[in-house]
Amino acid sequence: MPEKTEKQIVFDKVKDTPPLAVSLYTMDYNKTGSWRNVRPVIDYEKCTGCMTCWKFCPEPAIDAEKYEEDGKEKYKPVIDYEYCKGCGICWVECPVEGAIYTEEEGE
Amino acid sequence: MKLTIPEEEVMGHGHLACQGCGGALAMRYTLKTLGRNTVLSVPACCWSVIDGPFPHSAVNIPVFHTAFEAAASTASGIKAGFEIQGKDVNVVAWAGDGGTYDIGIQALSGAAERNDDIFYICYDNEAYMNTGVQRSGSTPLKAWTTTTPVAHPKDRPKKDLISIMAAHRIPYIATASVAYPEDLTAKLEKAKNIKGTRFLLIFSPCPPGWKADPKNTIKLARLAVETKVFNLLEIENGLDWRITKKIRKPKPVIEYLKLQGRFRHLTEDDVSLIQENVEKEWNILMNKVGE
Ligand SMILES: Cc1ncc(C[n+]2csc(CCOP(=O)(O)OP(=O)(O)O)c2C)c(N)n1
Ligand code: SF4
Ligand code: SF4
Ligand code: SF4
Ligand SMILES: [Mg+2]
Repeated sequence: MPEKTEKQIVFDKVKDTPPLAVSLYTMDYNKTGSWRNVRPVIDYEKCTGCMTCWKFCPEPAIDAEKYEEDGKEKYKPVIDYEYCKGCGICWVECPVEGAIYTEEEGE
Repeated sequence: MKLTIPEEEVMGHGHLACQGCGGALAMRYTLKTLGRNTVLSVPACCWSVIDGPFPHSAVNIPVFHTAFEAAASTASGIKAGFEIQGKDVNVVAWAGDGGTYDIGIQALSGAAERNDDIFYICYDNEAYMNTGVQRSGSTPLKAWTTTTPVAHPKDRPKKDLISIMAAHRIPYIATASVAYPEDLTAKLEKAKNIKGTRFLLIFSPCPPGWKADPKNTIKLARLAVETKVFNLLEIENGLDWRITKKIRKPKPVIEYLKLQGRFRHLTEDDVSLIQENVEKEWNILMNKVGE
């Protein structure tokens, strides 16, 4: 993923715009976490690190954090609440009962 | 545990797709496999919006926004430009079902007939979603859309686009589903090493257009395969058909239909009709697969 930049480009005048319609930056400035009504929370006591949630997140708003344990490479899912839209796919698809629970936003 | 699909994210977050958008996932998987050495030609469709407003873009690769009819011909032109410069770049026409089954089929057929060295990928959400859910050639039998209201739902089956593409005898054709990302990425990985026109149809549920709960996007995409409503296959040279996901015990179509508001008006007879149509299409497909 490109370096996180929350910069938003706004052109004040028409003459400031580039001569060709090119994309200059990511959409990271658009914090879609504000769309969320329900927040998924991972219970790391139960999570097995299968990464099914990471695989199916359409944003993507779940990072695959790499770490080493017993000489083996493992992954841990970390939800990025700045961008998670609360669609619910991760908690429906998680194969482990209770590994992702939900909270009403604002609680 | 190992990751089952490529780790790299080319598509970034902050994009404008609705919650649970299958089309957004389809793009995420596609770019994970094709990587950054890729250029997109996108006609009018939800993805003209999802990407974000100029000068920002969620996909982090060059995107050429083109006219509704022109995804394939624009891609052919971009590819010709790269070839003249001696550059080997994945050029992808990325269109919705409206832009593929209906509006863009002439340009697509032209590119396929010439066997232009491009990918054509259709994310299929079975209607014109960006303009508010109008019927397309891909909308399934008996479904509600705003132009096929419940008083007279769609009276024609989904167009068999895959057979139309097979008739062009292009080197590679495949169907895929956002519920089976390993199958999808394997097919694109294979397509990468093939020269000529490569066509991929990705089944991509649309929660608002299907009147479905966004959390059920993967569930629906999986049920479509498990009920044989949408079959995962690949075709080489238009003639060698192969099923890539065999379903031992198919589920009744009602399990798929009942989770979607666009089918809420169905009578028992309607459901039987849809089930019969699924069986009929399956038998036609089996004849082609030769099983
Ligand atoms: C020639 C032309 N006719 C109509 C439109 C309006 N229009 C823009 S997007 C769209 C629907 C696209 O449907 P589809 O290709 O299925 O993509 P989706 O929106 O479902 O992702 C329509 C009708 C247009 N842009 N150009
Ligand atoms: S799907 Fe569930 S068990 Fe698997 S990594 Fe995600 S939270 Fe953990
Ligand atoms: S709720 Fe949806 S957007 Fe949020 S992390 Fe889960 S899958 Fe991603
Ligand atoms: S309308 Fe459907 S296809 Fe379009 S962005 Fe929303 S969920 Fe995706
Ligand atoms: Mg569509």
